[in-house]
Amino acid sequence: MTTLRAQSGAAAVRTLIVVALVALLGLIVYLARAVSGGPMDFAERGTAPAAGYSGADPTGVPAELAGASLTARGEYLTRAADCEACHTSNGGQRFAGGRAFVLPIGTLFSPNITPDADTGIGSWSDADFLRAVHRGIARDGTRLYPAFPYASYTYLSDNDVAAIKAYLFSLPPVRAVAPANTLAFPFNQRWLMALWSSMFNPDRRFSANAAMSPQWNRGAYVAEALEHCGECHTPRNLLQALNHRKKYAGGTIDGWHAYNITGDKESGVGAWSDSELAQYLSAGHASGHGTAAGPMAEAVDVSLHYLTQADIDALAAYVRSVPAIASSDVPARLAGPAPASHSQGVTAGIDPRGKEIFEGACVGCHGWTGVSPLTPYATLIGARAVNDPSAMNVVQVLLDGERRGNDPADPFMPSFQGAYSDTEIAAVANYVVARFGSQPSKVTPEQVAARRQQARSSGT
Amino acid sequence: MSTVIDRKDGVHSPRRRALLQVGAAAAGGLLFGFETVRAAADEAGRRGSGSVFAPNAFIRIDTHGRITLIMPQVEMGQGVYTSLAMILAEELDAAFEQIVLEAAPPNEKLYANPTFGVQATGNSNSIRAFWMPLRKAAAATRSLLVQAAARTWKVDPGSCSTDSSSVIHAASGRKLAYGALAGAAMAGTVPADPPLKSIQQFKLIGKPLKRLDTPDKVNGVAAFGIDALPAGVKFATLAACPVFGGSVQHVDDRAARAVPGVRQVVVLDNLVAVVGDHTWAAMRGLAALDIVWNEGVNAHLDQAQIWDQIATASNAAGAVAKSVGDADKGLAAGQKLEAVYRLPFLAHAPMEPMNCTVHVRPDGCEIWVGTQVAARTQAIAAKVCNLPLDKVIVHNHLLGGGFGRRLEVDGTEKAVRVAQHVDGPVKVIWSREEDIQHDIYRPLYYDRLAASVSDGRINGWHHRITGSAVIARWLPPAFQKGIDIDAVDSAVDIPYDIPNLRIEYVRDEPPGVPTGFWRGVGPDNNVFAIESFIDELAAASHKDPVAFRRNLLQGKPRLQTVLDLAAGKAGWGSPLPQRPGQRSGRGIAAQIAFASFIATVAEVEVGSDGEVRVRRIVCCVDTGIVVNPDTVIAQVQGGLIFGLTAALYGSITIGKGRVQQTNFNDYRMLRIDQAPAIEVHLLPSEAPPGGIGETGTAAAPPAVGNAIYAATGIRLRQLPIDRDILAGRRKQ
Amino acid sequence: MITLRINGENRTVDAAADVPLLWALRDLLGLTGTKFGCGIAQCGACTVHLDGKAVRSCMLPISSIGDRAITTIEGVGKTPIGASVQKAWLDLEVVQCGYCQSGQIMSAAALLAVTPNPDDADIDAAMSGNICRCGTYVRIRAAIKLAAKATSG
Ligand code: FES
Ligand code: FES
Repeated sequence: MTTLRAQSGAAAVRTLIVVALVALLGLIVYLARAVSGGPMDFAERGTAPAAGYSGADPTGVPAELAGASLTARGEYLTRAADCEACHTSNGGQRFAGGRAFVLPIGTLFSPNITPDADTGIGSWSDADFLRAVHRGIARDGTRLYPAFPYASYTYLSDNDVAAIKAYLFSLPPVRAVAPANTLAFPFNQRWLMALWSSMFNPDRRFSANAAMSPQWNRGAYVAEALEHCGECHTPRNLLQALNHRKKYAGGTIDGWHAYNITGDKESGVGAWSDSELAQYLSAGHASGHGTAAGPMAEAVDVSLHYLTQADIDALAAYVRSVPAIASSDVPARLAGPAPASHSQGVTAGIDPRGKEIFEGACVGCHGWTGVSPLTPYATLIGARAVNDPSAMNVVQVLLDGERRGNDPADPFMPSFQGAYSDTEIAAVANYVVARFGSQPSKVTPEQVAARRQQARSSGT
Repeated sequence: MSTVIDRKDGVHSPRRRALLQVGAAAAGGLLFGFETVRAAADEAGRRGSGSVFAPNAFIRIDTHGRITLIMPQVEMGQGVYTSLAMILAEELDAAFEQIVLEAAPPNEKLYANPTFGVQATGNSNSIRAFWMPLRKAAAATRSLLVQAAARTWKVDPGSCSTDSSSVIHAASGRKLAYGALAGAAMAGTVPADPPLKSIQQFKLIGKPLKRLDTPDKVNGVAAFGIDALPAGVKFATLAACPVFGGSVQHVDDRAARAVPGVRQVVVLDNLVAVVGDHTWAAMRGLAALDIVWNEGVNAHLDQAQIWDQIATASNAAGAVAKSVGDADKGLAAGQKLEAVYRLPFLAHAPMEPMNCTVHVRPDGCEIWVGTQVAARTQAIAAKVCNLPLDKVIVHNHLLGGGFGRRLEVDGTEKAVRVAQHVDGPVKVIWSREEDIQHDIYRPLYYDRLAASVSDGRINGWHHRITGSAVIARWLPPAFQKGIDIDAVDSAVDIPYDIPNLRIEYVRDEPPGVPTGFWRGVGPDNNVFAIESFIDELAAASHKDPVAFRRNLLQGKPRLQTVLDLAAGKAGWGSPLPQRPGQRSGRGIAAQIAFASFIATVAEVEVGSDGEVRVRRIVCCVDTGIVVNPDTVIAQVQGGLIFGLTAALYGSITIGKGRVQQTNFNDYRMLRIDQAPAIEVHLLPSEAPPGGIGETGTAAAPPAVGNAIYAATGIRLRQLPIDRDILAGRRKQ
Repeated sequence: MITLRINGENRTVDAAADVPLLWALRDLLGLTGTKFGCGIAQCGACTVHLDGKAVRSCMLPISSIGDRAITTIEGVGKTPIGASVQKAWLDLEVVQCGYCQSGQIMSAAALLAVTPNPDDADIDAAMSGNICRCGTYVRIRAAIKLAAKATSG
């Protein structure tokens, strides 16, 4: 008897726990959604149906391509949606997948989206493709991880998704099986993504905001549905969903810092001119604001670079309209050029090896002043990376280097990870930030080692 | 100084040379060596008979008194143009400033290095190899000039003397310049055994003379191979399959052809080149090519696999290169130690990247290059073009660093193959990335050592060297009985008094990776392994490293002397400054290599983070008679820096069949701010000259390794030094 | 057509805007004293002066130079500092293979122009970007000090 009672008591407790957990989960979902909001909620009247909208259709391709073939339109949209960056592994064939995404919970590999029937998406119907892109559900019904940004792509029009598919299907099929993901329990439970999806994927198409200009609406479509800027630049909540309440206030991706791109004058891009912003978006560089590196450089190279000027301007105008949010992680003041003499301008307490490496391997391009004697792309003054006291991106670019395209005429920085120790990378990062930034950094060799480890596991 | 190097077209071609000879003869010039060319050739072909190398083909004196030395060795920074000219001027009693240098044309018969039987500059032996032959050539020439003057004056040749390019008859106060005697001297007969000066009579040898090649090197005038600009030249760069041994499968050159300045894309079976109006166009064009490679059998090769292979190979007994007493018995007596030492692949990375300019015509081929092997360069071009040797003209140039890289002709071979498809001359320049990824690498080595010690004496010694046999490929006849004489160099001459020893060699060729000579060659490996292990034995015996060595060098007084001197100059035993967070120590290494006796003390600081700083190096050198002491010092200084770079950073690794390093960002070079203070002390000596160019390179790594041990108690048995081990982040 | 002012002379080059000065000098103008070592601003072999300042010509597009004065190793000897650096180089026999030395001399001359009496730290700061594979560093340091002494009287 006693045992039985005890057992039923235990069952009751268990039931209670389950109920409590479900309630908690519900609460979290509610709070998360409430707190996160939608990506365009900031704008007047949010994303209310475009009853009164009379401008040009914000979806589709720019006017120049209006009469182009389906695949040509698909090519533009595929580029604009930046599919290539994630679906191409380092040194691998375009769209053949296999790129690793190292997350704290394990490693994900992007799938092959070439039209290979066995290993790619060659046997997918339009409906299959649409469901995957809008809802994050693969052809076989399995749930996709939101590393695939379907919560953004969900805003793509059906026509645009069809054009993207047509383009992908026009490419040669590549036989390539991505390595298996290495996620730990419970994250390997894909059904959980259904839950995630129900919480965070609005599953609705873009609709124009009649209160805003046609340019803004096009910019919104480019930014939210295609380029999915927020996936990097908007911070995430505990459940890894974008926190749209802090839209574009900065985030972290692959060990890189994606900076605040709100209109905040000090920590965002509020002080940039329109043309600087547009230039940065299309060329990955704007005078006085440094040069894109890492994932942003990649976005420029395989995606933004191909946008028409009108789309770039629309994108810039849209980004400009996002409410300014001051973030703490980027200092308010950008430093002017450092002194021309090596013996001046260095704060005390910096590991002297930083200077030693700088004077040997770095000064030729970057100069003692931080204004490059060779190319504006190498000017460090004004670059956000050197004004970021975490020095996260400085360490990344020292380790990985930067190769913008294959042409020797493209901006380029060599990678230093092969021959410089963690101590040395940390020392030179701290020296560079101290010399050219507004606040010192305190990168440790251990942090460098961790980044190296991360890069190693993602095979970059 | 009015001495000039005729640099207009680097080295004269055989054709040009012939013209000069004819012209000079017609003008009444004096050409020594014509008669004895064949004898010389025969002698040159007989390896190991260096002392009878005939005095000829090196000297030309015209009626204006211009003395031309046909330089059999190439100038790659080692100062050989000056040192060999000094040797010649000394025995000839020529005014040094009247000497003109002309680099020897490719001619294996006339200009073979007597120690190789190949026309090659390497192995730190230019002075050693040509010391006697040049002196004899000069002395014979001098004797002919004296005979001619004596005939003119009708006096006894014995009453004449020479000085400053003149024959002097002191008794009558008469004097005739060599130029004036050039015609008459041709009538004389070459004396079989002309008397040579004694060391005491040397006027030039031993003086720190200014180098002949440097004035043109400080004003941009000096012409290296890469500077050749024959009329109408086009510029090319190339890519070989990134995986060793792979081939071209398919090339899409549409984008490349659209690059401004690109003229042509040349696709060969295993390489692709782009030709343009300038190198930059070629480089952009090459990058724009879409190349699909057949990666072949090495596609999955990686470094771990290569190490596994060599480690396994080293388990088997090797060919015995030297055996004294009973090594096994010796090893059984006393305290026994065993260790494995390992060295990585290295690239040469001379500052002048690989390049070669070629003009292929239907009836001939002309080459502008800087090479350590002019005759082999000519031969490979003749072979590729299917031309007779004399249809290939080689203009040899100053070398922007050789270090063994330019003992190979792969660069010429590739350039000629490309040039066969190009109309007019084409300069093929390798990018630095191509240079590092398609080198012919210093082999990796795996050394097993065992020794037993008691009372500070070594009872038995066993050293098994495993590595690639470069000699077997480069000079096959010298590879005898399974032994690569270079791979065991310095190991078989271990200077310490050891009653029982056995030195073995196991040939193990790394899969896929081509291997070649690299500055310091065999001694780099052996001096590092031996001197590190000797230090281990000293520590195990609780003896001071200098005292331990000294005690075992009774039979090698020259080495013992430099050891004592180095210890003294370095302040051995005195405390080193201790800075917070740093552990400091001194290490010593002694070596006999390239017939030079050298002891080196390094001072290092090791941070708690494992970072190493070499503060000071003291190097004491007995290299026999010194021709130009300043050059010897410079070579030791430079060799030490070269060795430090290897010790601190040098490593070429393979992944997916490819070299993983690309350029100086990841194949790192020591820079001036890391260079230690270096002191070099030369000992006066009357022994025959030793080699010097590579000695410092072999000396630096063990001295540094031993200093690190002194500072930290950690014995590093692999290069480059592992900072993680020194920081305690990783176990050996 | 781009006009460049090199060693006091105007020279025109018919080449694309992105061509680095190094290749314009070497391949199109025949000024081969400036050397190619790495192509990525890591070795200093290609160092020239732009308005007296040392720059790496391998990564300097000709279109970005404008009317700034270019000095190469062929012309640096005409300046008093350049001449005294060259002399110190010869006096101390700095040179080995010589390939890096054009760049070394250009860096050293630029240093002395702004720092007539450099200390070791100044030399490190100005010269560490110039690799010498032959290892002439010890003499480079000494020669810079000698040239400094000679020029500053
Ligand atoms: S070639 Fe310009 S720095 Fe190396
Ligand atoms: S002298 Fe040869 S690289 Fe410097």
